[in-house]
Amino acid sequence: MSITLAPAPERPAPGGGPAPVLSVRDLRITFPSEAGPVEAVRGVSFDVLPGRTLGIVGESGSGKSATAMGVMGLLPPTARMSGEVLLGGRDLVGLDDTRLSRVRGREIGMVFQDPLSALTPIFSVGRLLSDALRVHQSLSKQAAWERAVELLDLVGIPEPRRRARSFPHEFSGGMRQRVVIALAMANAPSVIVADEPTTALDVTVQAQILDVLRTAQAETGAGVVLITHDLGVVAGYADEVAVMYAGRIVERAGVDALFRRPTMPYTIGLLGAVPRPDAPQDRPLVPIGGEPPSLVALPTGCPFADRCPAVLDRCRTAEPEAVPVAGHGQVACLRAEEIADGRLRADALFPAPAGSTVDTGTTGEVVLRVSGLAKTFPVTKGAFLKRRTGTLHAVSDVEFDLRAGETLGLVGESGSGKTTTLLEVLRLRPPERGRIEVAGTDVAGPLPADRLRELRGAVQIVMQDPMGSLDPRLTVFQLLAEPLQAVGVDRPAVRARVAELLGLVGLDASVTERFPAALSGGQRQRVGIARALATRPRIVVLDEPVSALDVSVQAGVVNLLTRLKRELGLAYLVVAHDLAVMRHFADRIAVMYLGHVVESGSTEALFTDPRHPYTEALLSAIPVPDPRRERTRERIVLDGEQPSATDLPQGCVFVDRCPLYRRLTDDGLRERCRTQRPALGPAAPGSDHRHACHAR
Amino acid sequence: MTTSVIPSAARPAAGSGRLYLRRFARNRGALLGVALFALLVLFSAFGGLFSPYAPTDADFTALTQPPGAAHYFGTNQGGNDVYAQAVHGLQRSLVIAVSVSALTIVLAALIGAGAAYLGGRVEKLTLAVIHFLLVVPSFLILALVSHRLAGDWRVLIVVLTVFGWMTTARVVWSLSTSLRERDYVLAAEFMGVRPWRIVVRHIIPNLGSLLVVNLTLGVVATVLSETALSFLGFGVQTPDVSLGTMLADGSGTITSAPWLFVFPAGLVVLLTVSMTLVGDGLRDALDPTSVSAASGGAR
Repeated sequence: MSITLAPAPERPAPGGGPAPVLSVRDLRITFPSEAGPVEAVRGVSFDVLPGRTLGIVGESGSGKSATAMGVMGLLPPTARMSGEVLLGGRDLVGLDDTRLSRVRGREIGMVFQDPLSALTPIFSVGRLLSDALRVHQSLSKQAAWERAVELLDLVGIPEPRRRARSFPHEFSGGMRQRVVIALAMANAPSVIVADEPTTALDVTVQAQILDVLRTAQAETGAGVVLITHDLGVVAGYADEVAVMYAGRIVERAGVDALFRRPTMPYTIGLLGAVPRPDAPQDRPLVPIGGEPPSLVALPTGCPFADRCPAVLDRCRTAEPEAVPVAGHGQVACLRAEEIADGRLRADALFPAPAGSTVDTGTTGEVVLRVSGLAKTFPVTKGAFLKRRTGTLHAVSDVEFDLRAGETLGLVGESGSGKTTTLLEVLRLRPPERGRIEVAGTDVAGPLPADRLRELRGAVQIVMQDPMGSLDPRLTVFQLLAEPLQAVGVDRPAVRARVAELLGLVGLDASVTERFPAALSGGQRQRVGIARALATRPRIVVLDEPVSALDVSVQAGVVNLLTRLKRELGLAYLVVAHDLAVMRHFADRIAVMYLGHVVESGSTEALFTDPRHPYTEALLSAIPVPDPRRERTRERIVLDGEQPSATDLPQGCVFVDRCPLYRRLTDDGLRERCRTQRPALGPAAPGSDHRHACHAR
Repeated sequence: MTTSVIPSAARPAAGSGRLYLRRFARNRGALLGVALFALLVLFSAFGGLFSPYAPTDADFTALTQPPGAAHYFGTNQGGNDVYAQAVHGLQRSLVIAVSVSALTIVLAALIGAGAAYLGGRVEKLTLAVIHFLLVVPSFLILALVSHRLAGDWRVLIVVLTVFGWMTTARVVWSLSTSLRERDYVLAAEFMGVRPWRIVVRHIIPNLGSLLVVNLTLGVVATVLSETALSFLGFGVQTPDVSLGTMLADGSGTITSAPWLFVFPAGLVVLLTVSMTLVGDGLRDALDPTSVSAASGGAR
């Protein structure tokens, strides 16, 4: 791997250290809206040093993405921006688009969240890269193409010369993001802005991409601005962290100082609310009460005051400026000194709510039994005469039991068949193969209509995106009344039940006449939960129930679900890709890969003693929100990505990516891995912890 | 977690209706359209009070008179008062246009959304019917059928509706196929909501903006096709009058007695312009992607 890129220009700074490659001073961004101007960014300042990474973290609406877009000059034309964005001594604010285009790509590289929409679909990736090079450098077509191939090699695309002729849609998500990084580093920029670069990717791929980003940074010597909501990613990657809240940086410090000694109450709360894969299961998730403020007509004073446990009267009169606190970086809080020297104890600020821990207590009878479940989809080609060219084995031979009072988590990456499994259960129709028993009734048998309706009411769903799953044209009352009307409940009873449901999920009765758009994310998900509970179900199916929510709100919803389960004796079947959340939420976990359950057992057993190599790799890939641990722990980074389930290998489905298989020396065992599909067997005789691996 | 550049901040407190109204009211053209349309409706309803003549009265002392104090819009060859006829013709055209447009939208919404949601054989059959009716020269059939049925204006409404719903139904169908995949539709299914209730409650209301805009533009289209049919002699039959029959009668004498043509033609133009303005205004107000809508708590 050799490539020659122009070295980042070294500029001596008066202070001795390297001069910042990017300086942002008092950046303010305002968007017009119906309700008045939205102050998305309100006076943000930071420096990025060459070769270093500044992580900007914050929840949705904190202004982190608007900041990134402002730096790159990619704001919509209606936005108003003021302040300074100094790139190599030149102010980018107020430059017209032509001038900015010369800077973008050459001096600032960009990596976006969604790699598919960041690549023009009609050009091959080699063409995209060589075009990007030729825009800013005078290169012959031939030379640019050669460079493009080198860059693809550098970001780890196998067979770069051949793959350069492929089009973006022919790459997997992870490979596409590699191409986007290659584009970002093509002209050896001095700054790379990465906006949620791994959010759309699976966790095992995320680890690979962060490594590639590191390579790109080392090659170009660029300073990186990494924008993310994931504190684990920041802990492992950033040198310095800026925490944003309501359009301002409320705390900025070195990564160690920030995670070890958070000083701003918001940061303290955020770190307490984030689920950790390494924490013991009984560590409670502590939500921050309330919701972030509206950015229209913010009240004077600290925007966090209404949610802050350490609030003083002074906090509401003027917004505190960020001031340096010895050993802690810059903090915008009046009580920063007190927190820093221990007069105000940080760990006592957010007390754990009662009953917020997982309760692995009594479980009741089996309410859902799935055995030998399989589901295939035909793969067809051609628009007019559809020919069947293959079969997608979405789910093969899945089995599990779910008991009342229990939470079973199905985890796995996208394409592992976990959502298909959920839908098969919810459909209440005879499955393609296998058996589904709901509350003792086999759904395959011809069911009388009233029994089917009863079962319908017994199994309900909470969906991932609370905005998408609530009809935008119905009020909260209508939304909650719908499942009740569907099972024939009369009007007065509906009214009473809706009021009861709102109380159950902790919503005020005043929301009944509102539309979903007028609610916050957390409130919407509570409406979704209330709707699922309307018909007094026995099983609630949760499809990524908190992944669309902010960390500080997510904890509250997880705690609510746990409480409801205990109070109502529900059984939860949860699908999630975030294993850290599952650790706090699930009693038992089944890990899926390519439509197969490869390991299942109690959450604690699975996390402390993973048996299947895939489970091991999956657990190891979760970033830990603790810089010291994150940087020192040993990590298994899997190669490649989960293949498509159209051509399942004859033997173990994981064999192509299995790190254990590569180390095996016993030829007989290797042969079995390749030719025999391992069955799910108990780790120890009689144990509930089961896995499917020949070698373990 | 979704990240949008525009933070969720402005949350309209009271529904979306008021927001739409505000956006609509900001559009001057749309307000002009509403005012114009209101005036036309008032004119068709009460315009007759200002003239002593009925549309069928023949004043044999004043044949083909230009506009004057007695006959505001003049008279035609048979001595009929053009003002009285215009008021009546406008009324007739308006009633036909508004009812045809409304019926068409209801039919198109139910058929299009129903086909899309139910899928399978129902969908295939419905699409086949739509495509068949679209390639049939409907205007010709319209002309023949309405002529056969002796030109009763109520029959005209039925005929225009039966041959006018397909295009809208096809658009509704294609938009509904994407709505069918929405999470809230799936959620309703899992709650056990019955299919037609899902169509009526979850799919059609979410096409509301399209339907409202099509309703106004449908009025324009119907006025024009009713006028064209009547002009060709297939629509409203004498002694009844509509703007179309007046245009047909007046077109022969456009140089010698222009008032016979100019007044009904002017009314047709005013009617179509007003409805087009209203339609454009509604489209901008209801379209969530329009520039002025770039807020509203979009996460």
